Amino acid sequence: MTQILFKNINLEGLATLPVYEKHGGYRGLKDAFKKEPEELVEMVKASGLRGRGGAGFPTGLKWSFLAKDVFPRYLCCNADESEPGTCKDRELLLKNPHLLIEGMILCSYACRIQTGYIYFRGEFYDLAQIMEKALGEAYEKGYLGKNILGAGFDLDIYTHLGAGAYICGEESALLNSLEGRRGEPRMKPPFPAVEGLYAKPTVINNVETLCAVPYIITEGPEKYAALGTEKSKGTKLVSVSGHVKNPGNYEVVLGTPTREIIYGLAGGIRDDNELKAFIPGGSSVPMVPASLVDTPYDYEGLQAAGSMLGSGALIVLDHTVNVVEATHRLVSFYMHESCGKCTPCREGTRWLWQILSRIMKGQGEGDPIDKLNDICDNMSFKCFCPLGDAAIAPVVSGIKHFRADYEEFLQKAAAGAAG
Amino acid sequence: MFAFNEASEKEIEKILGKYPDRQSALLPLLTVTQRQERHISPEAMVEIGRRLDVSPAYVQSVASFYTMYHAEKVGRYLILFCINISCQLNGCDDLLAYTAKKLGIEVGQTTPDEKFTLLREECLAACTGAPMMRINDTFYEFLTPAKIDEIIDSLE
Ligand SMILES: Cc1cc2nc3c(=O)[nH]c(=O)nc-3n(C[C@H](O)[C@H](O)[C@H](O)COP(=O)(O)O)c2cc1C
Ligand code: SF4
Ligand code: FES
Repeated sequence: MTQILFKNINLEGLATLPVYEKHGGYRGLKDAFKKEPEELVEMVKASGLRGRGGAGFPTGLKWSFLAKDVFPRYLCCNADESEPGTCKDRELLLKNPHLLIEGMILCSYACRIQTGYIYFRGEFYDLAQIMEKALGEAYEKGYLGKNILGAGFDLDIYTHLGAGAYICGEESALLNSLEGRRGEPRMKPPFPAVEGLYAKPTVINNVETLCAVPYIITEGPEKYAALGTEKSKGTKLVSVSGHVKNPGNYEVVLGTPTREIIYGLAGGIRDDNELKAFIPGGSSVPMVPASLVDTPYDYEGLQAAGSMLGSGALIVLDHTVNVVEATHRLVSFYMHESCGKCTPCREGTRWLWQILSRIMKGQGEGDPIDKLNDICDNMSFKCFCPLGDAAIAPVVSGIKHFRADYEEFLQKAAAGAAG
Repeated sequence: MFAFNEASEKEIEKILGKYPDRQSALLPLLTVTQRQERHISPEAMVEIGRRLDVSPAYVQSVASFYTMYHAEKVGRYLILFCINISCQLNGCDDLLAYTAKKLGIEVGQTTPDEKFTLLREECLAACTGAPMMRINDTFYEFLTPAKIDEIIDSLE
């Protein structure tokens, strides 16, 4: 079992600097600073690391897109972690804050950045406190501040708290929020690499992405790239939740069969029930029927199975679940979290919720499944940001694979009407 | 009348040092206010606007976007009960009803003694510990009725 991010995760005192250092932490900085910044970008490119926040964009490539010769530049670490099912960043931040700081130092050096912010969701107040303490230790030891380790490189890192809005995990909404605005997404282009925070070139990366960087730089990109498949390199934290015996965050090499994660690491289905479906990458990705449980857990495998790796939240549903009820809950979430900026998402999520509510109450008239499909068609790729498409994922995939669950409700309604 | 207390002032000084642009301190100042007052009053918005050189109406428009700022005062213990998918699959609906009954209030209400406010919350990123709730800054996982009793009864 290769463990990179979770190697010492349950070690007593890992959140403190002496213990982190004793187990190799910050060890690679001195050598890294001897290299040209661009060399580090090339190393991250060569590692094959892709963004772990949801979109899976190649990290080194993103860093190389920064507008040339425009300064200052900013780094924003996305610690908003609000995608339902996802709780892996929380474990990293709670138990290993210095790993993120080290990753941010390396990214900042590589991208010639001198200011970094960690954007925590507002409910992570406890984690921001832990991070403040870790940052203080890092400043004291000379890993942050002016002329770090005598290398002539300056960096400040600050914590910032959001205040309860899922959409602020979307990178451009995050920037607005950090600038003291309503957390509505921005038009792209310009992309953050060109005009981000305060209209300056900005790198935005997920916590887990940045936490993978120290290993890549210290151990070498080849070692990282040797893990996984052709298009999915390295390891991924998977938050396994729902109807499993041992829910938890597990670090797996990409390409591991989903079956091994559910039945091996997570101990199988509770009460030895039957697996019905799984949502492999957080609430925003399509659900997958149990028949595809041998799908390799990686970007291309899950895409071939009609879904996505997303944030790496594997939500497991057993045979007792009616998919309509689960879908209703998720659509209700997207309705609440729609920022209201664009019509198809703002109105569409509400209509979907209303129809699903009626179906569950046995009041569906006409053909509600048709109506749901129709609304989803009108939202698909027509919303301003990806939240709109996320909202229809459970509806479309649920109808496709579990139409019988819808019909169960509709038949009850018909029987009620006839009786 | 609204005024920041000493601890808040100290916090604010630290916050203002973080950003090249004062407006970035808006959410942090709202957070300091919410934690001090347990709600955001119109007077507080005026004061925040004054500090950051933005209008009270602007403060209001930003504050209203975020769910953690409350116009109505919340209880000394703010209970956020996750009702999203992983918690739903693990029986949160019954536990939420149990908690409301125990406190003698409906979800969304505050007890008359201002001790508890109970709210439905979307996923709080503790899904592998479902069902869960957050009380003030603490997460409680793998809830059962007995555990809820124990936690709530232990709060002063
Ligand atoms: C609605 C929405 C919510 C998102 N929430 C998060 C989040 O909580 N955390 C995160 O890292 N990325 C989130 N993202 C993805 C970010 O926009 C962005 O792609 C990511 O932070 C980039 O970092 P990465 O390349 O390291 O993954 C979200 C995207 C959307 C559209
Ligand atoms: S798709 Fe939804 S969340 Fe995104 S901009 Fe439009 S209304 Fe806002
Ligand atoms: S679904 Fe309840 S904490 Fe994530």
